Amino acid sequence: MTVHNLYIFDRNGNCLFYNEWNRKKQAGISKDEEFKLMYGMLFSIRSFVSKMSPLDMKEGFLSFQTSKYRLHYYETPSGLKFVLNTDLSVSNARDTLQHIYSNLYVEHIVKNPVCVLGHGLDSELFSSRLDAFIRALPYYSPRAA
Amino acid sequence: MVIFSVYLVNKAGGLIYQYDNYVPRAEAEKTFSFPLDLVLKHHDEKVVVSFGQRDGIRVGHAVLSINGVDVIGKNTAEGKDILEYLKDASNYPVSIRFGRARLSSNEKLMLASMFHSLFAIGSQLSPDAGSSGIEMLETDVFKLHCFQTLTGIKFIVLADPRQSGIDALLRKIYEIYSDFALKNPFYSLEMPIRCELFDQNLKSALEIAEKAGNFGAGS
Repeated sequence: MTVHNLYIFDRNGNCLFYNEWNRKKQAGISKDEEFKLMYGMLFSIRSFVSKMSPLDMKEGFLSFQTSKYRLHYYETPSGLKFVLNTDLSVSNARDTLQHIYSNLYVEHIVKNPVCVLGHGLDSELFSSRLDAFIRALPYYSPRAA
Repeated sequence: MVIFSVYLVNKAGGLIYQYDNYVPRAEAEKTFSFPLDLVLKHHDEKVVVSFGQRDGIRVGHAVLSINGVDVIGKNTAEGKDILEYLKDASNYPVSIRFGRARLSSNEKLMLASMFHSLFAIGSQLSPDAGSSGIEMLETDVFKLHCFQTLTGIKFIVLADPRQSGIDALLRKIYEIYSDFALKNPFYSLEMPIRCELFDQNLKSALEIAEKAGNFGAGS
């Protein structure tokens, strides 16, 4: 049971934050390219889902899974995108991502007069609180299964 | 508990078969008087609602028919531009039917290819080694299941999120494909599937899966 990594994107596609805890395989491309690819993939998935959907959707795309990992997605009304990769045992991380947004991002970044929104989040308090929060999750274990 | 549709994608990402089992069409027909309180706009050769959600008419719904006559793309059946028609007060009161736009076969082709690429990117961005592509994609109204065979054919099923037994159904569709498409001497590989027996057997497999909720005995 583990969390692999977390990405935070703003509405323009810039990656504001990235951290990894248990990543076993790098993507084979530079970090910048990986962020662009990840954002592009999510943008395409959202467009794909809105066209394919047989009924009107309320929340839209929630998550996807492959044979090895599960990607959880949460988007705020302001266009901020939170992406969490975990292993397959985590079925729903939406509450986690919502908590990261409202209790960590809003508290430590938005309410911080020094932080400029839209650029990389360089608040140490945010990083350390986020790290502590992830490590405290019931489904996080330092040694990946 | 329902299965919406089935798509088959070949090695190159092209759609070779598509079947819509259940297409829920939530439509709303209302009579309007001048001026129209909805904001409409052109989008992808269709006229869609951009603002003014009310009474079952949602943002993103397309204009399906005017006064009972189906529209053709951006124009009415007579060939007049819809937005121009609705700006003219003498055409009111008018009865317009709104609903989710149906996917044209071209759009389905494009979506299948899009998914083919997304499947591959899902595997590339994996934080863990040896990952397959996207096997299951979940939204709040449907779940998309994908099974890729060793030969690169993808079987994609869109179903209700609570529907179970889809994995067994995907394997069963693979069996039906190999029995009625591959063994058909008139069928060429990677081409669109036009085999009657394949259609029939697929339909009955879907019916069984929907009824049972859990398809297949054993394994």
